[in-house]
Amino acid sequence: MSTTTKPALTSPAPVKSRPARTRRGLRGSRTFNFWLFISPFLAGLVIFVYVPIGWSVYLSFFDARFTVTPSKFIGFDNYTYMLTDPKFVHSLGTFTVFAAFIVPTTWAMSLGLALLVNRLRFMRAFFRSVFFLPTACSYVAASLIWKMSLFSGVRFGLANTVLGWFGIDNIAWLASPDPPWYWLVIVTARLWLQSGFYMILFLAALQNIPGELYEAAAIDGARPGWQTFRHITLPQLRATSTAVVLLLLIAAYQAFDEFYNLLDKTTWGRPPLVELYYTALGTEQDYGAGSAGAVILTALIIVVTLFQGRIMGFGRGDESK
Amino acid sequence: MTTTTPGIRKTAPSAGARRGRRGGGVMRSTGLWIATGVAVVLFLIPFYVLLRNAFSTDAQITGDHWEFFPTHLQWGNISELFDDQTVPFARSLLNSAVVAVSMTAGILLVCSLAGYALARIPYRHANKIFYVVLGTLMVPTSVTFVPSFVLVSSLGWVDTYRGLIIPGLFSGFTCFLFRQYFLGFPKELEEAARVDGLGHWGAYWRVVVPNSLNFFAAIATITFINGWNAFLWPLVIGQDPNAWTVQVALSSYITNQTVVFHQIFMATAISILPLLCVFLFLQRWLVQGIAQTGIKG
Repeated sequence: MSTTTKPALTSPAPVKSRPARTRRGLRGSRTFNFWLFISPFLAGLVIFVYVPIGWSVYLSFFDARFTVTPSKFIGFDNYTYMLTDPKFVHSLGTFTVFAAFIVPTTWAMSLGLALLVNRLRFMRAFFRSVFFLPTACSYVAASLIWKMSLFSGVRFGLANTVLGWFGIDNIAWLASPDPPWYWLVIVTARLWLQSGFYMILFLAALQNIPGELYEAAAIDGARPGWQTFRHITLPQLRATSTAVVLLLLIAAYQAFDEFYNLLDKTTWGRPPLVELYYTALGTEQDYGAGSAGAVILTALIIVVTLFQGRIMGFGRGDESK
Repeated sequence: MTTTTPGIRKTAPSAGARRGRRGGGVMRSTGLWIATGVAVVLFLIPFYVLLRNAFSTDAQITGDHWEFFPTHLQWGNISELFDDQTVPFARSLLNSAVVAVSMTAGILLVCSLAGYALARIPYRHANKIFYVVLGTLMVPTSVTFVPSFVLVSSLGWVDTYRGLIIPGLFSGFTCFLFRQYFLGFPKELEEAARVDGLGHWGAYWRVVVPNSLNFFAAIATITFINGWNAFLWPLVIGQDPNAWTVQVALSSYITNQTVVFHQIFMATAISILPLLCVFLFLQRWLVQGIAQTGIKG
């Protein structure tokens, strides 16, 4: 065990610091300690994140089918190919629709659940657990339950059974894009999976709101319910709301598991990641085009994140807390 | 409607934070309980469906009318699942366990050390390095799966534990969370250790880590869940069925031609079981950790 001491702290313990002095040099320096702590992480980050990204940018300028060591430089052809590929462009549209659905619904649902749980007087921990439990399920597991039993498109699926009670015919939930019932399946699956997680964030934030605010509002004549919610609860939740929306958007970008499993080989409803998966690892194995797609997607994500950060002032709420 | 005076309350406020509660009439609380009941039923239905199907026969699952409670539980479904050789399900469970556990241990070690250095060890270029870490937060890891696959396959790591585990260890986000946490860690404790003659390394292991077990437990739980539930990367890397994780195995059931319903549902139920155990035992930490870390993310 090293016995180095910091020079700034030598005065209270002169006896101890003496042997350390003689052994100073590289080991005693802050630089050494800094690199000792950070180098494993940094090396991994460079090798497994930065190198792949760099390689991806490099590959995107080459004709790289069935090979990852390309030889033929083709300039921006991969980019024009991806940007004019109706499937890839369509996948960007799919993502937009998906985000437009899932972000507000999850936001509202997790906030609603948090308000509900926060108001309960008994068995709070129990109800919180119930809503939180789906977080333990994987997207694959949920897709399986949704596809094979809840929305299975046949008579014995739960959704169709319930509709049958009202005399409504079977609906093929996932088998056709018209009408686009598959959105209902995908959105409900994700709502079930992720609402509990964000509910916890909102619960924590709700419990941090000073009670005096509500008392002051009551004195000022605000009626409990909508008015206090609108003028006290919501503004107080601003920082958390911003963080939740940002996290939801990031999570939506990563959408892959449930689309891949629920829609399988269908051509509709493919978000960008699924499309890239089929481009790069499907029968074509086109790593050049796949890389170009990844670069385009990354650029889009960075632009949207910065833009959203600017608009919603992400980070500011943290400091004011 | 009147506000109840705070202070006089029978039940102890759990987190010291039951404020802002408005007393209400019977109507209001009835509405509250109805809403809660409906939500609970909706949230539990998928679990009920899963268990019902896992312990039914195929004929019961695909039967003409919806049987709410199977009269006869098919315990044999469990052994049938493990006896079936077409999908190496037991092997996939083992793979997932190895991957999730080593990933958790690795991330805790690598990211906590880096986060500590960024928060606490003064160094001229620390800021620049912090930007290098922050930069990766902009790029979701799943977007880099194409280039990462290219790299890992050229290392010859396809179908190996190395390929499944190592690329996932360097999470900029987790490092960031650790940095934020260590920024708030009481400095006095470390200074005391320093006075006693410990260097950064000694102070870290003997003072900082033992006093941060709650936070480590929270991150560990979240990492374990993510590792167990990961799908895209294991799908890309596990080309040979023997390298499948449990999620990839489940997915193969979905796309399989011959559908054996009860087997699929039993497999799903078993795949969820370890995490349910983790949830039951570690829930307090988990909730705390998410509340603590998630907002700052």
